[in-house]
Amino acid sequence: MRDTRPTVNISFDGVDYEGYVGESVLECARRNGVTIPSLCFLEGLSVWGGCRICVVEVAEGHRLRPACATQVTPDMEIKIETPRLRAYRKSVLELLFAEGNHVCAVCVSNGKCELQDMAVFSGMDHVRYDYQAPRREVDASHPKYVFDPNRCILCTRCVRVCDEIEGAHVWDISYRGEHAELITEMNRPWGDSLSCTWCGKCVAVCPTGSLAYEGRSIGEMEHDPVMIKRLAVARSRGEWLDPEGAI
Amino acid sequence: MSDTRTRRVAGATDSQQGDHPSGDNRFDLVDKHLKRARYEQDQLIETLHVAQDVFGYLSEDILIYVARALRLPPSMVYGVATFYHLFTFDPPGDHSCTVCTGTACFVKGADDIVQAVSDTYSVPAGETSEDGSLTLKTARCLGSCGLAPVVVFDGNVLGHQDTESTLELVAGAVGGGG
Repeated sequence: MRDTRPTVNISFDGVDYEGYVGESVLECARRNGVTIPSLCFLEGLSVWGGCRICVVEVAEGHRLRPACATQVTPDMEIKIETPRLRAYRKSVLELLFAEGNHVCAVCVSNGKCELQDMAVFSGMDHVRYDYQAPRREVDASHPKYVFDPNRCILCTRCVRVCDEIEGAHVWDISYRGEHAELITEMNRPWGDSLSCTWCGKCVAVCPTGSLAYEGRSIGEMEHDPVMIKRLAVARSRGEWLDPEGAI
Repeated sequence: MSDTRTRRVAGATDSQQGDHPSGDNRFDLVDKHLKRARYEQDQLIETLHVAQDVFGYLSEDILIYVARALRLPPSMVYGVATFYHLFTFDPPGDHSCTVCTGTACFVKGADDIVQAVSDTYSVPAGETSEDGSLTLKTARCLGSCGLAPVVVFDGNVLGHQDTESTLELVAGAVGGGG
């Protein structure tokens, strides 16, 4: 299908590309096969812009902007791989690791974790900040799933998928700053939730081992965030049996 | 604060003869606001303010009531309410003692005042004593730095306080302490 949307000329790290009007910088990069690392962004969900991993430099004044929440404009010059951005991404990741209790060696998602992958990709080999080591209770009240807030990075993918795709809005974020934590309904155990449909989309999209299937051991939890894209395509185009074409 | 509350509640029961289905007529005041706000979902924060004014704090029941009235998911209401420091989720004590810990008051020894009241009545800052008689709070800055250190007791702003005068004040209203 030919795209008839008006186009703009932009460049990523000095290489020229064509972007569509109204498209975000991140979407444009992904479509053209250019890598911009990201965490909270997930195709098929609304844009959150909270993780700040996808920041890029935009030539005018070298301002840092989140690629997921910035639209392409004519003659935009976007820098992705600069020393400043590499350092910035590393810092953001280190802060994420310092803020929770991310112990890969005992995590259900070890080896299959987007946060871990991002750390490897960015060359983050140690954390320069003090670990906050917060005390957070694991919620294993749900018969099918387990929620471990220690591994949560508050990307809100689960909140968004539950609200926008499933339509249940079981999840939300309570409190603020360092005290912010995911909750289900009135901060009650997940298992007691009346609105949860057990659909498991929140578990599918979790980038870390925070949400996992009950009974998974170390490194056994594989998430399926692309499911949301498949679902979006299925619903919008009426194509249910073409997962390859959807991705 | 508690006076205003009782007066308002009394006014509500006078003007509204019918009993609120919940069995608590204070919900009439929340309903009144909701009606004026046309049950618009963007009125959530205002509604929570009204509810806190009426009840003194936000209990889980109140949050669920507001969530139902505005047709919002409970987790969203809980999330919004906990995001703002102005909302409180524990019933306030009979008396409240707020000590300003802004820069000027801090320099003039506000921390000692907080410590003294906290020790004497065994109530941590920001919480209410076990018998519910006293709530000890701290404020960032009340904007009256010339009066440092400032203590607000039951709504009355008092300047140039020290440990002794504050303890005397609290003892006068709450009792011996300890």
